Amino acid sequence: MKNVQIQVSQLMKNGIIKENPIFVQLLALCPLLAVTTSAINAVVMGLCTTVVMMCASGAISFLKRTISPQVRIATFIVIVASFVTVVQLLMAAFAPPDINNMLGIFIPLIAVNCIVFARIEIFASKNPVFFSGVDALAMGLGVTLGLFVLGAIREIFGAGSIFGIELIADSSMHMLIMIMAPGAFFTLGTIIMIMKYRASKRRANA
Amino acid sequence: MSMFFIFVGAALINNFILTQFLGVCPFLGVSKKMNTAIGMGLSVLFVMTIGAALTHVVYHQILARFGIEFLQTVVFILIISSIVQFIELYMKKMFKSLYDMLGIFLPLMTTNCAIMGVALINIRDTYSFAGAMFNSVGAGSGFLLAIIILAAIREKYDNHPSIPVVFQGFPLALFSTGLMSIAFMGFQGLI
Repeated sequence: MKNVQIQVSQLMKNGIIKENPIFVQLLALCPLLAVTTSAINAVVMGLCTTVVMMCASGAISFLKRTISPQVRIATFIVIVASFVTVVQLLMAAFAPPDINNMLGIFIPLIAVNCIVFARIEIFASKNPVFFSGVDALAMGLGVTLGLFVLGAIREIFGAGSIFGIELIADSSMHMLIMIMAPGAFFTLGTIIMIMKYRASKRRANA
Repeated sequence: MSMFFIFVGAALINNFILTQFLGVCPFLGVSKKMNTAIGMGLSVLFVMTIGAALTHVVYHQILARFGIEFLQTVVFILIISSIVQFIELYMKKMFKSLYDMLGIFLPLMTTNCAIMGVALINIRDTYSFAGAMFNSVGAGSGFLLAIIILAAIREKYDNHPSIPVVFQGFPLALFSTGLMSIAFMGFQGLI
């Protein structure tokens, strides 16, 4: 039992921090840049990705003995796309319309997200169902964290608010460029630069 | 005339990478060298056009006719991955020189969100078949243009000794893309 706990906590740490899919592996960039105009959009998108990853990884791990290696990619694609369709229909039915409209085509595009396939190919197709689910959950939360950080930074600087709560009322202080397209590139570039700087300092100390 | 506007709109005003962020992963991944960038850009243009034509026909003639539009994601992704495989085999047999140039990029097309994105946008904005074709060729040309510009910039400065190490690679590519994106915002008043 103890062993399982240790393994789970290791997987969680790995997915959320050590190998964060966005800041360390640089995967899942397309939805990342497009939906992070506000913190709430970013979090909803992250959670959708997490749900799809957990369902798909669990299902594929469960079926790993029946899927023959020659057709595995096609099988993975169909399974992932089916879960994406489920999430897409649930979003259309229950999510607030403005959030659903904003995320728009990026929900179906989860189906071509490289991080989903990376985890399936690297982890779920070789490991038991439970650990595959935990790994997918950790990686999904890592994506959510990355999206949230980017969305929060852009919303605070660009619109002076967070989750719609106003922080800076004076609109002359808002940097409109941050919530427009270029702001996404600048924010991500700065974050990656800071991470590289910290890594190089750690290397110099060691 | 309206077809021309769709083309210009997709290529410059709503440039796929710089304003809609579709296809950013291959854009940053293979823009280090000019010839690989051209290969990637041409493959995207090529697969995007064929993929958009097929998905448009299948959606309107099969899915919409039988009222099973909710299968769109599954069907589109299957169409795209199978045509990628088909094009690869066909090119290998018939156009060897083209295959040598584009071959290694073709398998990457399956998980390229720009290809899937243009198919979805064609349906969302209810383009006619001709409109969808102009939209996809425009989007592909926009991708080609953006990746060539970025490759030209990156060839000049990558691994240049005067640039601090933490800036090199991805951060600087992202900053350059951001500046290109600002420049492309100038096209917004075009139509």
